[in-house]
Amino acid sequence: MNYINSSSQVIQIEPFKIYNQNNSLELIKKICLAVTGIGFLFLLISLTGISNQLPILFFFLSFGLIAAGSVFYFVVLTKEAPTGIKNNKIFIDSLSSRKTAAWILGVVLTGFYVVLYWFPELMQNWINLVNPLSYYLRGKPADHWFLYGAFYTTAVLVMAVRMIVKYRHNRYQIIRSISVSIFQLGLSFIIPGILVKLNKPEFYFNYFWPLKFQYLFPSEIKYLTSKGEALGYFMVFWGIAMFVIATPILTYFFGKRWYCSWVCGCGGLAETAGDPFRQNSDKSLKAWKLERWSIHSVLVFVVVTTGLLWINSATGGKVLGTISQTFAGWYGFIIGALFSGIIGVGFYPIFGSRVWCRFGCPMAAALGMLQKKLSRFRITVNGNQCISCGNCSTYCEMGIDVKWYAQRGQNIIRSSCVGCGICSAVCPRGVLKLENLPAAGRYNKVD
Amino acid sequence: MHLVIIGNGITGITTARIVRKRSDMRITIISSESKYFFSRTALMYVYMGHMKWQNIKPYEDWFWEKNNIKLIYAHVTSIETDAKSLRLDDNSIIKFDKLVIATGSQTNKFGWPGQELIGVQGLYSKQDLELLEKNAKDIKSAVIVGGGLIGIELGEMLHARGIHVTFLVREKLYWNNILPDEEAAMVSRHILEHNMNLKLKVELKKILPDENGRVRAVVTDGNEEIHCQFVGLTPGVHPNIDLVKNTNIETGRGVLVNEYLETNIPDVYSAGDCAEIISSDGGKNKIEQLWYTGKMQGEILARNILGEKIKYDRGVWYNSAKFLDIEYQTYGFVPRSPREGEENFYWEHLGGKICLRLVYSSSDRAILGVNVFGIRLRHKMFEAWIKEKKSIEFVLENLRVANFEPEFYRKHEQEILDKFNRENPGKNLTLKKKNLIEIF
Repeated sequence: MNYINSSSQVIQIEPFKIYNQNNSLELIKKICLAVTGIGFLFLLISLTGISNQLPILFFFLSFGLIAAGSVFYFVVLTKEAPTGIKNNKIFIDSLSSRKTAAWILGVVLTGFYVVLYWFPELMQNWINLVNPLSYYLRGKPADHWFLYGAFYTTAVLVMAVRMIVKYRHNRYQIIRSISVSIFQLGLSFIIPGILVKLNKPEFYFNYFWPLKFQYLFPSEIKYLTSKGEALGYFMVFWGIAMFVIATPILTYFFGKRWYCSWVCGCGGLAETAGDPFRQNSDKSLKAWKLERWSIHSVLVFVVVTTGLLWINSATGGKVLGTISQTFAGWYGFIIGALFSGIIGVGFYPIFGSRVWCRFGCPMAAALGMLQKKLSRFRITVNGNQCISCGNCSTYCEMGIDVKWYAQRGQNIIRSSCVGCGICSAVCPRGVLKLENLPAAGRYNKVD
Repeated sequence: MHLVIIGNGITGITTARIVRKRSDMRITIISSESKYFFSRTALMYVYMGHMKWQNIKPYEDWFWEKNNIKLIYAHVTSIETDAKSLRLDDNSIIKFDKLVIATGSQTNKFGWPGQELIGVQGLYSKQDLELLEKNAKDIKSAVIVGGGLIGIELGEMLHARGIHVTFLVREKLYWNNILPDEEAAMVSRHILEHNMNLKLKVELKKILPDENGRVRAVVTDGNEEIHCQFVGLTPGVHPNIDLVKNTNIETGRGVLVNEYLETNIPDVYSAGDCAEIISSDGGKNKIEQLWYTGKMQGEILARNILGEKIKYDRGVWYNSAKFLDIEYQTYGFVPRSPREGEENFYWEHLGGKICLRLVYSSSDRAILGVNVFGIRLRHKMFEAWIKEKKSIEFVLENLRVANFEPEFYRKHEQEILDKFNRENPGKNLTLKKKNLIEIF
């Protein structure tokens, strides 16, 4: 305890708590990491098929221990230091600064996607591991996509805990992390599963055209409505209404963030599992130029493909024959598999967490146009307070050079901004604020 | 016309950028600190691993050539004002038509015994950062002398690398020569919370060497010996005018300039940390050593170089800092204890990490300044309120409008207002409601 005597008064300075990286904390952290490691070991062992006799036990020994160990680890971190931005050693540690560990993880993730897409039979024993869960949820055996969903959802939920711990002083980040977790678990995992169990079409209510481009393909619409059930028609209506009505309205009021960093599953993974790698996005002007070309090309590709399929369908296949179907197939391969999976997630540790969202996602392209022209959203710069430190740009997962605007006092309005709010969080001078204000005057041009 | 700028800090660079925007004058910037402009305030983040060197450069490297600004990475050894030329350390000569001296600051050293030992340094330049990497490598504990803004940064940097930090602070609380007691106590508490050691009302007497000429301990004025392998000297900075001293450019503590930032020699200007602005109304000369003032002076200087005649007036004062996890903003003027004719309103959150102090005039109740910790406030709003002499009551009732916190953050305006109402019987202020237009 420290008492300070001055002539006029006595001021007591005594912190409520003293944070300290003491030995017992270190020990608990190591135990947590060991539990996580044992979980991964069981996951690896399961590949041999030894787990097939006792899938439930091995499911808990792998998925369960990984989740429990890492969640406890993150919670222990709260005891170590007061709340606040702690990005210490991010550019020193191997995994987060594109050094050896990052490359190893990148290769492992990419390898996982290659196996998932083209050699799923290699993962059969993992698929067996989630079989009981699949039966419970969907009433039928698991396939490799269900396994993928299980991995994906686990990653989002566990890493959302990390996100909440890291930004526990920031209510925007806490609420947002809970949001992406709920949408992933509910709309992308549980509800599609239940639909399958009820023998309904497996439908993801948080994906719409043009991201889930199939939802406006004639074949998909025919399939959804084939049974003549109300639910099928509702799904078609939902897909169209969300894109045509809800998207422009919500984007007008909140910017594209309502979708990209609050609802979307790709965004959900990027905002949770991808957060440790957000600093690896390329901020150069060159990258921005490439981004504009590539993302709009993909959007055009989707529009053309959808159009061709409808022309084909309307003319009974007379005009284009099978070309449009081939076109759609190629789109699925190049964009769906290569881009969103392998480059999008596999390369997280190298290119950052939003490569797909930034360079490839047609939904992001469409939302971005609306955000730029028809929205109230902007990131406001607080007067002349910027010190050009560069934290905002460094931690922008979309590679926006935020400080370029901030240091000249200009509001940031960029079509790619997903409104994650991290620039505002890491700013040491409180210069940035995500806001939805009247659209007039949001472009405050400065000379 | 050839404009030569010595120094590529925020002042020199701002001058060059604004001149370039408005003219196609030939521009050369000379620096021996770094090839490209970097943000000095961000040096700490490089050491802590938040960023790499390339992240703290505010402009990409192609920017300078594209804007036809020539960068020379060399040291100026002498200035010939009559010949209008400079000599560089490679003995080449550069001719200029107009010259800007923006050489920044140097760390204060007060002649402490042992201040030249290995492991003793300040933190100002890129070279200091490189030295720190060497000096603080594999050490266990450090002592920081001086309780100011650079001190807290250096403390945070070392702490982030797992080095135990002890501060020696002359005042009774951290930064108490600037901050009022309550705020200084808050900062002091926060330092202790981080498990750093804070020795208050303590001054450095001498620094002791080990057998290799490296620091092994410091001795305080109370003859306490504190073991450490590193000593950070952060008792402030002074203008770096070594280059100018032997020329006919007049100097005082800094390079003497008038309010147009002109020196006594025609076509030679100075701005930023190194400039000492002569007061025209007989007041004290000003030396301003902040990022913000450097930037503002650069803007004014550029326009004066281009033939305008504008006095430098920093307007409503503002500054900001971050004490470990607590952000600090100040607008207007908040003295460390209330002056004659002024009153204070102070509110502190129960958690002890958020506070707000409003200073206002006793006579017309006009707001004069604000200190705020842990809440972000709108700069332009407070600037306008101070300029327009809005009353303390107006400010409190409209405080919500000035809130710059991220969305969903807990608001404290009502609690602040309640405290004011309690302390001022008869007042019954109410928060202004949200505008409909702001909702939709």
